[in-house]
Amino acid sequence: MKIAVCIKQVPATTEVKFDPETNALIREGVESQINPFDLYALEEAVRVKERLAEQGEEAKVTIVCMGPPQAEEALREAVSLGGDDAVLLSDRAFKGADTWATSYALARALVKLEPDLIFCGMQAIDGDTGQVGPGIAVHLDYAQAAYVAKIESLEKKKIVVKRLVENGYEVCSVRLPAVLTVVKEINEPRTPSLRGKMNAKKAEIPVWKAEDIDAPADKLGFDGSPTQVVKVFSPPHREGGEKHTGEPPELADKLTGLLKELEIV
Amino acid sequence: MSIRVIEDLCNGCTLCVKSCPQAAITMENKLAIIDLDLCNYCSSCVSACRFRAIAIEIEKQAADNLGAYKDVWVFGEQFRGKIAPVVYELIGAGRQLADDRKSQLAVVVLGDNLENAAKELAGYPVDKVYLYEAPELANYDGERYSRVLSDLVRRHKPEIMLAGATTQGRSFMSQVAVRVYTGLTADCTGLAIGDEDGLLYQTRPAYGGNVMATILCPYTRPQMATVRHKVFPMSPVRSNGSKAEVIRLNPKPQLFSSRSEILDFIEQCEATVNIVEADVIVSGGRGIQDPANFAVIEELAKTLGGAVGASRAAVDAGWIPYCHQVGQTGKTVCPKLYIACGISGAVQHQAGMSSSDTIIAINKDPDAPIFQIANFGFVGDCLEIVPMVTKKIKAMRGEK
Repeated sequence: MKIAVCIKQVPATTEVKFDPETNALIREGVESQINPFDLYALEEAVRVKERLAEQGEEAKVTIVCMGPPQAEEALREAVSLGGDDAVLLSDRAFKGADTWATSYALARALVKLEPDLIFCGMQAIDGDTGQVGPGIAVHLDYAQAAYVAKIESLEKKKIVVKRLVENGYEVCSVRLPAVLTVVKEINEPRTPSLRGKMNAKKAEIPVWKAEDIDAPADKLGFDGSPTQVVKVFSPPHREGGEKHTGEPPELADKLTGLLKELEIV
Repeated sequence: MSIRVIEDLCNGCTLCVKSCPQAAITMENKLAIIDLDLCNYCSSCVSACRFRAIAIEIEKQAADNLGAYKDVWVFGEQFRGKIAPVVYELIGAGRQLADDRKSQLAVVVLGDNLENAAKELAGYPVDKVYLYEAPELANYDGERYSRVLSDLVRRHKPEIMLAGATTQGRSFMSQVAVRVYTGLTADCTGLAIGDEDGLLYQTRPAYGGNVMATILCPYTRPQMATVRHKVFPMSPVRSNGSKAEVIRLNPKPQLFSSRSEILDFIEQCEATVNIVEADVIVSGGRGIQDPANFAVIEELAKTLGGAVGASRAAVDAGWIPYCHQVGQTGKTVCPKLYIACGISGAVQHQAGMSSSDTIIAINKDPDAPIFQIANFGFVGDCLEIVPMVTKKIKAMRGEK
């Protein structure tokens, strides 16, 4: 079975700030990391591979990432966590892509890999959109399941998953090939093994450009993106208010009074 | 859009002919022929073909055709015939946008047995309620729903389309946006029509709420957005008791093909209100110390008619299920009141709750970061204070 995992390299987003003077994001000194949700996607892919191996079936996990040349680090880290090989999509033509153009480019690359199963994180923590996974499924015309919290069973032609919905979980059977986006609940990612680290060091990571994925320029990057960011600004600043101290009964009194004032009770 | 049959792969099986809602495919000499005048690029045949012999290319929209798109549509998300609360918030926001554009507001509901839902929606200030009913649409199915809605979008041409940023709305709208090659802005917290250009200015938080961005979709239609819960107030019902027009759309069963099937539904968090929909959230963190102590949080939440939230620390410790987690890797909430109990308030937690109207924090540590954003801080042990508050409120109400 061929398994693909899409990952994104993101900044430690909580440290990214906006500088109103220069009108730009301050990313200097902010470290990059693999998007946390993608680590769950990768872990699940590796677990599927291990389970298949126990049943005597071979599987291969390929990690795909679109990003600047330095995103290669993220791919190496992903290999150390159990990926077999990795592909970096990096080209100036991909720059400025919104979720439409990103899912298109990834889909064009994935077509070449012909995976039976594609794992994505439910969203990336910088953009927070959750649109790329379902978008890939449409571009590839694969079946899809979003917010997967558990894989119940996997057969040759279908997978049964439990997915998170607004008021609970839904168990559904999905025909392969399929795209799954996963939530944090699905597993606890491992730390890299010694062997994984060696593999990561040795791994040869090809860089695919627009021409390598047969993608027309007008559907890539800024040109292929229907949306445009026209303004970036800081959210309204929140100030801490009064801080009450004292014995618990006294505080409980004050708090109850406050709830009354706020017309909550 | 362009569509073609890959001749080498087609073996003349006629699966595509049966799948086409437009009757646009015929079989000649064991080869599928697609009538491009009839085809509306719904991709049913692409999915139906077992041999991957039909290729569809999504093409860019013609730039000179934007004027053909009118009206504001709200997606009427429903579960078992009950309309999701966020829909009524979208109706309020959508009404304003439609008025600003001097166009009409419609709600579109996909499902089955929608009689009651339609009756209720018609009492709100919308111009039209579109119903698309079929047994196959009773439950949400991303593939099926996105094919149906994309078809409606191509035929009715709404200028703006809004949906709730629910688990369903976020994944479903992404599929529609890709199919029709248009832009989708996720999790909007602000929507406005530009004075000069008449475009939809969509504002949303990014980078865990550290940055706000305003996004346009200038060259394609519809301009699509998912909108967070509780950002817009619920629309009032019509004041004069009149009703909106209810229009039943003819279902096209050929669009209902899907490669997934729902086997079971497991209701959870049913004891409490869904946190994203709650007006009041009482949330517990590390300071709760023990899973049994969550009862203290639940009790106050219940007394206030609110929902129970939790920090990542409490969820990771296994004290409470993940569906309660607020923060960067959990849910984003903006209730009227958020009471953080024993939560230090790491930036990751703040990312999920800092846009609450009012924040009350109870924490033993006077230097906990949560106090920097809380409107009201109480320095003390929440396990002592919270039960006292619950008791006092109950006493006030004359309950035990």
